[in-house]
Amino acid sequence: MTRSPTDYEGLGLVAGIEIHQQLNTATKLFCRCPTTIREAEDSNGEFFRYLRATRSELGELDRAAEEEMMQVRRFRYLQYESTCLVENDEEPPTPLNREALDIVLTIAKLTGMSPVPEIHTMRKLVIDGSNTSGFQRTALVAMNGHLPSGGLIETVCLEEEAAQRLEDATFSLDRLGIPLIEITTAPCLHTPEAVQETAALIGMYLRSTGRVKRGIGTIRQDVNVSIRDGGRVEIKGVQELDLLAEVVRREVRRQVELLAIRDELIARGASVETEPVDVTSLFKESGSKILKKAKMILAIRLNRFAGLVGREIQPGRRLGSEMSDYAKKCGVGGLFHTDELPAYGVTEEEVGALKNALSAGEDDCVIIVADTPEKCRCAIKQIIRRANLAFEGIPKETRKMLEEGSTSYMRPLPGAARMYPETDVLPVRVTHEDWEGLKLPELLSDRIERFMKEYGFAREVARQIAYSERSLAFEEAVAARIKASIAERAFNSTLRELSREGISVDTLRDDAIRSVLDVIQEGRAAKEAMPALLTALAEGKDLEAALSTLAPAVSATDLDGIVLRIVEERIGFVKERGAAAAGPLMGVVMKEVRGSVDGKAVSQALQTAIAKVLNE
Amino acid sequence: MSTKDSMFLTGDLVRCTIGEAQAEGSFITSRNGIAVVKLGSGYNIGVPDEDCSLVSRQEVTEPAEPAEAAQNESLPLVTIVSTGGTIASRIDYRTGAVTSQFRATDILHAIPGLSSIARFRAIQLCNILSENMTPAIWQELARAIHDEIRSGATGIIVTHGTDTMAYSAAAISFMVQTPVPIVFVGSQRSADRPSSDNLMNGLCAAKAATSDLGEVVVVMHAGTSDDSCAIHRGTRVRKMHTSRRDAFQSHGIPPIGTVSYPDLTVKLSPEVVTRGSRDLVLADNLEERCALISYYPGMDPAILSAYTGYKGIVLSGTGLGHVSSSFIRRLDDLIKDGAMVVMTSQCLNGRVCDRVYDTGRDLLSIGVIEGEDMLPEAALVKLMWVLGNTSSPEQVREMLIANVVGEIDRRSLA
Repeated sequence: MTRSPTDYEGLGLVAGIEIHQQLNTATKLFCRCPTTIREAEDSNGEFFRYLRATRSELGELDRAAEEEMMQVRRFRYLQYESTCLVENDEEPPTPLNREALDIVLTIAKLTGMSPVPEIHTMRKLVIDGSNTSGFQRTALVAMNGHLPSGGLIETVCLEEEAAQRLEDATFSLDRLGIPLIEITTAPCLHTPEAVQETAALIGMYLRSTGRVKRGIGTIRQDVNVSIRDGGRVEIKGVQELDLLAEVVRREVRRQVELLAIRDELIARGASVETEPVDVTSLFKESGSKILKKAKMILAIRLNRFAGLVGREIQPGRRLGSEMSDYAKKCGVGGLFHTDELPAYGVTEEEVGALKNALSAGEDDCVIIVADTPEKCRCAIKQIIRRANLAFEGIPKETRKMLEEGSTSYMRPLPGAARMYPETDVLPVRVTHEDWEGLKLPELLSDRIERFMKEYGFAREVARQIAYSERSLAFEEAVAARIKASIAERAFNSTLRELSREGISVDTLRDDAIRSVLDVIQEGRAAKEAMPALLTALAEGKDLEAALSTLAPAVSATDLDGIVLRIVEERIGFVKERGAAAAGPLMGVVMKEVRGSVDGKAVSQALQTAIAKVLNE
Repeated sequence: MSTKDSMFLTGDLVRCTIGEAQAEGSFITSRNGIAVVKLGSGYNIGVPDEDCSLVSRQEVTEPAEPAEAAQNESLPLVTIVSTGGTIASRIDYRTGAVTSQFRATDILHAIPGLSSIARFRAIQLCNILSENMTPAIWQELARAIHDEIRSGATGIIVTHGTDTMAYSAAAISFMVQTPVPIVFVGSQRSADRPSSDNLMNGLCAAKAATSDLGEVVVVMHAGTSDDSCAIHRGTRVRKMHTSRRDAFQSHGIPPIGTVSYPDLTVKLSPEVVTRGSRDLVLADNLEERCALISYYPGMDPAILSAYTGYKGIVLSGTGLGHVSSSFIRRLDDLIKDGAMVVMTSQCLNGRVCDRVYDTGRDLLSIGVIEGEDMLPEAALVKLMWVLGNTSSPEQVREMLIANVVGEIDRRSLA
């Protein structure tokens, strides 16, 4: 009986997450290059390499690595003046970056973990080109932590970031070697929402250190999902936290659907042929350009698969898509199956001829691939393999997320045969003093509560300023007796407003913002002038110059004179409205003094002047 | 300090206490009181010995030998002589240990493309780090190569650690007059990593060993990319970088050929000595009491007394080939004692000329021999070889300034 794909408890959903977050260190993990991300056009050189899998002690290849080896690929790497021979795999690594280790140990301590007494750097085999060496350096730093949500953290590792894939086989070396923390939870999560909440919670711990990189691509979540009778699947590279729950929902649905297909296949007595048929000649005049041009077209019959290959298992994904993913490993562009034909320029007659050539009946499905003979044979083999896996249920796979949360096949789950020691890096002892000497940061969740309590901020404002990179500068300003509400505006609300108006405030340095607060504090500008002053600074103007044009100094005597003149000019209005005239006249005075006087002082002067003329 | 002192054996399943946590794993070794344990995830961690306890002792199973690799009998026979290093290696993932393999089968498994280039015989001469190489091993190597060629090898590949590969290549150049290619090859990235240059260098070396060459060469990466290997003359090559793949560079002449990758097309310059143009001759005597001294400003001439009794000295002098005046006076003593002194240059590029400045003329007047455009290392090896094969000082002098195997060019073209 098929359960509803949303009955997570009934389905026995088990999930765990791995969070990878870039650390904001001065230099990379194993060299002295800066951790700066570059634009590809700034590259100052490139080189080419091939990678191959190294064998295990039994002469076996890691199965994930072996699959990558099906295509011989020439990788292209872009280098920069900010990368060195270590990224090029032309120089041994430097010792492990202690600054990065310190951050990881801090996270470990925050979550109550136990540090590994001596840290050993390992090589994790990765030959998809993203590491010039063919492995990713990684070290297990601490074990067994707890989250307040009840979640368990199994391990925390310190790893090097991979090179950024720019296109197919071209990689950019700027990202390679940036330190990454990898936090792995136990398979202790049982609903899609719990997965997302746990990721958010871990994200908060990471941000609390103030020492992690920010922005798109600096944090990635992998999620492990399985259901009872299903298979463990690892989904890589979910960059948007908000999509995590949806990814889990869709994976559960995929597994439920694939299990239903399995049951149906068994019930139908379905089977997979073993020998492909050459049908190249059938499509010589085809309306499908791909088929017409193809050097070879091979077809395979899947007995009693009709309707199942085209059945949707996830939004936009079918069993056929899974087979297609496997086939693409051989370098073919994809496949056609008779569940979706006639279409794509293939006519009903051609489908008829194809089915005829393979003696396929109504219940059967025929799959074709078109490419060079070598690629076709490889692809058909993969299709047969995936079709046979459909009888078993859910293959254990590493998958990658597609837009909106569906996934496609990447490679088999790697085995343990992919780790060996990095002999070029000496082990690092974590001493009692190292551990005790760690300074633990205030958790952002605590900081929000404190801001609400100490400064009377609303939760959302407190959250914004607590999470802001300018949080520290804000607190320094408050410590210097600047009013919290004004400091908050300078470092948060006003900046957000200006940013919405299209002013680029990101480049504004904290000390520049602070200088605006200082002149307001000194009475040289009114707080009303803050947006204009910040805008001027953001546009590259000098603060003094901005003050002279935006807030020319107005002395108390000047102010009294201006106010008196304005009141006298509007004497009729003032007499008619009495003390209530102060409100409407505020704007007139403020316009004249252009933000150089605080609103409170103007209001005071107005009230005095109005009282004076009324008493006359 | 070693595993011997530990209560555990490699492969034992142990339980470790790490603070509040417990972990089980496979014991690998113990160093300075720290047990290295491999966890199920493949990660190694170090835990004080006293925090580990034995769970169970595992049956140690020898890894299965890979199947014998098939060889194509119709292809030419090439002998691979190993002196150490790991052209092929196997990793024990349980312990993380890397063991070097040296049967033809292991090499063919490690570099599958080899079997379509030639038929291979493999002999392991020694298994040393190349900094531990000695003139005595050069001689053994020369004899082994000579024997292989005499018994039918149509090409020789010598796998060698890169540190001193250039010295060995020069030594074999002098000791073995060869009708077939003798190709030295190594790798700058160890064979146990997916990015190792051993695969490409090995395939290119095999192509060079089956090519029309008839001399001793070094075949290594030409650039940082995996697109071609350079073929360097054995007496003209030097390791010029500590770690890059293209560390080996020719001096005085350009490389004498290239092997492109992955198509493995061999291109030879017109200057190469071609296959079969010389007969096989072994001249394996060496005078080991020779030294290479690099001069530096202010170098204490008293150092030279340590070389009393030496038969030959190669100086790596400054610029055109100079040492200080005070140094010259002590050199004179050594020469009077019968030592042959050859001047080369720290510049590496260019020719020695001691006729331009006074110190140079003083050097010539005490009998120092200008080493022409020889590399200091090649000059050292040549001096050992010349002194090992000739006793007449006149003949020694004559041979030192004559080109024997491409170590000297009469004309400087670059």
